[in-house]
Amino acid sequence: MTRFILQRLLETAAVLLIMSFVIYGLIGLMPGDPIDLMIASDPSLTPEDAARLKAVYGLDRPLHERYLAWLGAALQGDFGYSRLYARPVPEILWPRLGNTVLLMGASFLLALALALPAGIVAALRPHSAVDGLVNLAAFAGISIPTFWLAILLIILFAVILGVLPASGTASAGLEPGSLAALADRARHLVLPVLTLTLVSAGTLLRYVRAAMIEALRQDYIRTARAKGVGTGRLVLRHALRNAMIPVVTIMALDFGTLFSGALVTETIFAYLGMGKTIFDAVMGNDYNLALIGLLFATGVVLLANLLADLAYAWLDPRIVYR
Amino acid sequence: MRREEDRIEAAAALSAAARLPAGAVGPLRGRLWRRFLRHRLAVASAALLLVLAVAVLAAPLVEAWLGADAEAVDLLNRFQPPSPAHPLGTDELGRDLLVRLLYGGRVSLAIGLVVAVAAGVIGTLVGLVAGYLGGRFDALLMRLTDGVIALPLLPLLIVLAAVDFGKLGLPDAVVRSEAASFYRMAILISLVGWTTVARLVRGATLSMREREFVRAAVALGAGPVRIMAVHILPNVVSPLIVATTLSIGNIILLESVLSFLGLGIQPPLPSWGNMLTNAQELIWNAPALAIWPGLMIFLTVIAFNFLGDGLQDALDPRAING
Repeated sequence: MTRFILQRLLETAAVLLIMSFVIYGLIGLMPGDPIDLMIASDPSLTPEDAARLKAVYGLDRPLHERYLAWLGAALQGDFGYSRLYARPVPEILWPRLGNTVLLMGASFLLALALALPAGIVAALRPHSAVDGLVNLAAFAGISIPTFWLAILLIILFAVILGVLPASGTASAGLEPGSLAALADRARHLVLPVLTLTLVSAGTLLRYVRAAMIEALRQDYIRTARAKGVGTGRLVLRHALRNAMIPVVTIMALDFGTLFSGALVTETIFAYLGMGKTIFDAVMGNDYNLALIGLLFATGVVLLANLLADLAYAWLDPRIVYR
Repeated sequence: MRREEDRIEAAAALSAAARLPAGAVGPLRGRLWRRFLRHRLAVASAALLLVLAVAVLAAPLVEAWLGADAEAVDLLNRFQPPSPAHPLGTDELGRDLLVRLLYGGRVSLAIGLVVAVAAGVIGTLVGLVAGYLGGRFDALLMRLTDGVIALPLLPLLIVLAAVDFGKLGLPDAVVRSEAASFYRMAILISLVGWTTVARLVRGATLSMREREFVRAAVALGAGPVRIMAVHILPNVVSPLIVATTLSIGNIILLESVLSFLGLGIQPPLPSWGNMLTNAQELIWNAPALAIWPGLMIFLTVIAFNFLGDGLQDALDPRAING
């Protein structure tokens, strides 16, 4: 098992390294470059100045040399400065990571709280009216564009009812840490969390339903039923535990999709999380911030995949890794 | 003796027929039809998509009939309510909403179909080669597939969509042309969309490789290309059709979100996604502008998903689907 974990960790590190080169190269292909931006903000710069600046910052060197220089600095903890915020990149990313964890965590738990009972009820009576309704809801959740759902919720709750803020992370002018500030923070979270919950619940619902139907077909369920085990205990103790094995794996593998949903949600609600930061950095030519943000997101998603493998082995004792 | 055997055979055939689900008797094509027609939502979806296809193909006719130009700005007639001249009203630049919806549908549907086919072809090739040749090819290609699946798609697509292809040496006329954003979207989404098909085809190929008819073909001297094309491909067609149909919805969703974020189809060419780009600022004045394009995306995507589900039921009744 230890060997398996080590091997997978090494593989993950290798993929991350390859991706860092790919993303570094792609960022270099985005429109404009840092010197162009300097020229735009200071028209008195001559072409000779520009060439000199390029040489000073090493921008005239070939791609692999620049990449290795960047990698060397990054491995020593120097991630560079953000152009948009004029502060070191980690200082920008850390607080926003917290915001994203809050958004994704809350949505995920809520989606689970919706999908588990609904999926179980549907699986107990396949092809019944309830199942049809659950299925319809699941298909709707999978098929609705995240950004449109967000806009619909804004129209309903902010424009028509006027009960919730349309965007932002917090209102200005409240004393930090006070009860009013916390309540305000929560009010700003409601619509983003609701959006992300509804779009992720659909996929989850289908997985739970399919896994439960499969589990309920097994011989040991029939045996338990024949022994007189009640439906509640049968579902919770016997079927659900086994149905959760594929569900947990697929959930971890779907982490990237959840993050993509969070990016759209954050961007629409102007919620200061990782996704919005990455999007703004790409749009605003903030090379260092975009690079680290993207790499961080890639790393987290790869790690979730690794955890999916480990969870699978841990939940199902029949699986043995060399 | 002869009759005795006949009777046993007939009895066996009868009991085999009795075990098959209702509607399983009759010629294959008829059976497929009957099974598909039982999935009422899939049938309704197919009808809806047909109507939609006819409507978007008739876009120029509607445009001529209404006397409205899809791209002509008319600032005196902004935000008009629905009227005989503008059945759905006009947008923030005074353009007819219905005509733009139909032209946008052309783009969104075309992207969905073109990319589904392109990604299907890439995935099929990768899956066939990996599954049939095995060994190092298989290991390499499947690592690549897993790697692409594991990546956070949307953030990477945002960077890819922001890449300035002029820096890669493509002529300016190509990069800046109106159709460029269409091809760029089609290529980008194809590059990430082939993984599901690749895995599916590989799995099916692996199980076909050891079958007697394939071995017989090998013994008769058929080369790998011929075996893959003539003997294996026809046998993986049904899962291929299902996976391709199901992928169209996701492709349309990806295109719409990128266009919504301003990175996909570039105005004035309308797509359902970019028609919503400005909708968020306009929800206080003209919420209807935010409803229609999103509703079209939602209905189209859910219809493709139901269609795929119905095809799966019809083509592969053994699949665990409740």
